[in-house]
Amino acid sequence: MLLEIRDLKVIFHTIRGMVRAVNGVDLMLNQGEIIGLVGETGSGKTVTGLSILRLLDQNAEIIDGKIIFDGRDLLKLPMNEMLKIRGKEISMIFQEPKAALNPVIPVGDQVAESFMVHERITKSEAKKRVIEMFNRVELPDPERIYKSYPHELSGGMAQRVVISMALALRPKLLIADEPTSALDVTIQAQIMDLFKELVRQFKTSVIYITHDMALAAEISDKIAVMYAGRIVEVAKTEEIFEEPLHPYTRGLLRSIPDVKRRMKTLFSMPGEIPSMLNPPPGCLFHPRCPDKMEICERKVPILKKVDEHEVACFLYG
Amino acid sequence: MHEVITLALMDYLKSEDFRITLYLVRKSPLTMLGMTLTISLILFAILAPYIAKQDPIEQDPSKRLLPPSPEHPFGTDQLGRDIFSRVIWGSRISLTIAVIVVAISFSTGTVLGIVAGYFGGKVDELLMRITDMFMAFPRLILAMAVAAALGPGIFNTVIAMAFVSWVYYARLSRASTLQVREEMFVEAARAIGASNLRILFKHILPVTISPVIVQATLDMGGAILTAAALGFLGLGVQPPTPEWGVMVSEGRRFITEQWWVSTFPGFAILLATLGFNLLGDGINDILNVRSRR
Repeated sequence: MLLEIRDLKVIFHTIRGMVRAVNGVDLMLNQGEIIGLVGETGSGKTVTGLSILRLLDQNAEIIDGKIIFDGRDLLKLPMNEMLKIRGKEISMIFQEPKAALNPVIPVGDQVAESFMVHERITKSEAKKRVIEMFNRVELPDPERIYKSYPHELSGGMAQRVVISMALALRPKLLIADEPTSALDVTIQAQIMDLFKELVRQFKTSVIYITHDMALAAEISDKIAVMYAGRIVEVAKTEEIFEEPLHPYTRGLLRSIPDVKRRMKTLFSMPGEIPSMLNPPPGCLFHPRCPDKMEICERKVPILKKVDEHEVACFLYG
Repeated sequence: MHEVITLALMDYLKSEDFRITLYLVRKSPLTMLGMTLTISLILFAILAPYIAKQDPIEQDPSKRLLPPSPEHPFGTDQLGRDIFSRVIWGSRISLTIAVIVVAISFSTGTVLGIVAGYFGGKVDELLMRITDMFMAFPRLILAMAVAAALGPGIFNTVIAMAFVSWVYYARLSRASTLQVREEMFVEAARAIGASNLRILFKHILPVTISPVIVQATLDMGGAILTAAALGFLGLGVQPPTPEWGVMVSEGRRFITEQWWVSTFPGFAILLATLGFNLLGDGINDILNVRSRR
């Protein structure tokens, strides 16, 4: 087991009150495994990702839970130890590649920084390794790109740079937060192919955060569906698509357009994600659930093994 | 090492970035003027012994208060000293004071500002209240008070001026740090394991520095003016040092009959200050990303 998240709870202190962003997340990841963390905006998937690296904003607080990575509880680690893990053992790719690069530093130097932070290495050695990385992410003319500033690159090139930065030190775990959603569709496909290939080569485990079920299916071995700060269903990718168990997962899959079937209107789930300022009692999905039962309003379902799935729903015992 | 630097410099001189900078400078006559004035000032200061052959301090009672003539282009003062020499040598004094004052206040102010802005909380609160205290008084009045308390002299003038001007740099860099620290690239730097120190100096400082550089250039003019004001009031550099403010002050007694005694050092102050101000404005436009498009 590479990563084990147990009962993670994160709250945000805001002016309007306490927001329960993550509400008891359990997640497990094996070496080399790729898991897609899927959910709507505000379901807590990014917060879960940031918690692993302890990169949450100052107004956030992890109130409960454990994040065991490679035998160490990351939440109990002193900060100087954490700095050694960031970038070297766990790294992150952000949504907007251009915003993730410093506008006034040549991009090559920014990638070189990953090496300089973690290894005793001269600048020219670091540069050599950056160029090598640039070749691997198939950037044309790496020498020229090394000296370029972010504004001189296209979105796709910038994302390649960001990927090379994240994979520079061959981390064991990569958290990718919607790495392609800021790119246009053709570039998206190229970046996805490259990304898949690299993580397979480097045997990196990945938490792939996205709101796009189809995209998650393309890359992940396993999919975890999040709703309102909880994981409601986890299963192998094929299992989820063949036989979704949780009513929310079913709804999500029905709202993917399918060219083979002719549909007049695309299914859309009624209602919206509840406010996490004062969440409803019981199962957080019950106000929108087509299969709501009386118990759903009173008790919170926990993740239970059902066939090959893990699902948090009272429909299954 | 030298070769590396030379090569990097050559690279830059050939780069598009430099061409744009050059173009922007050439396009703005005021920036050109500011640059010319500033460069001449620096040249005068460096080449003072070659330009002004006459001793700026040596007195000659037989040549008191002579009007401008080919031998003394700016005339002589009440002690028979050549005013042209004194004005030229004065550029050294003014420039030295301005450079040291700006260097001290720039570095301390910027470091304190970005630290306060980045960490926030109590450090920030404390520092901002201190700057409020400084800013409650006009800069010159405060500098006068400090200079009077320390006693006259070049060294004390520098201390007094640096003491009152670091707060402006601190404020400025704090404000831009507050904006920059929320940027994604700061979080990305954190995600690769960069320490706070590294983030502050490698990522935040270069982004926040350009308005501070503009402020520093404008401040050079301000510092020359303040130094002259302190000298004029007798709180700064003392005679017989050829300092422009002191010279203007000395010439006050003869202003109606021997106008040249005060006028030429006065003009020197005007041109030096104007030069730095125009240059500062120009740099502001050049560093501004929008005008580079």
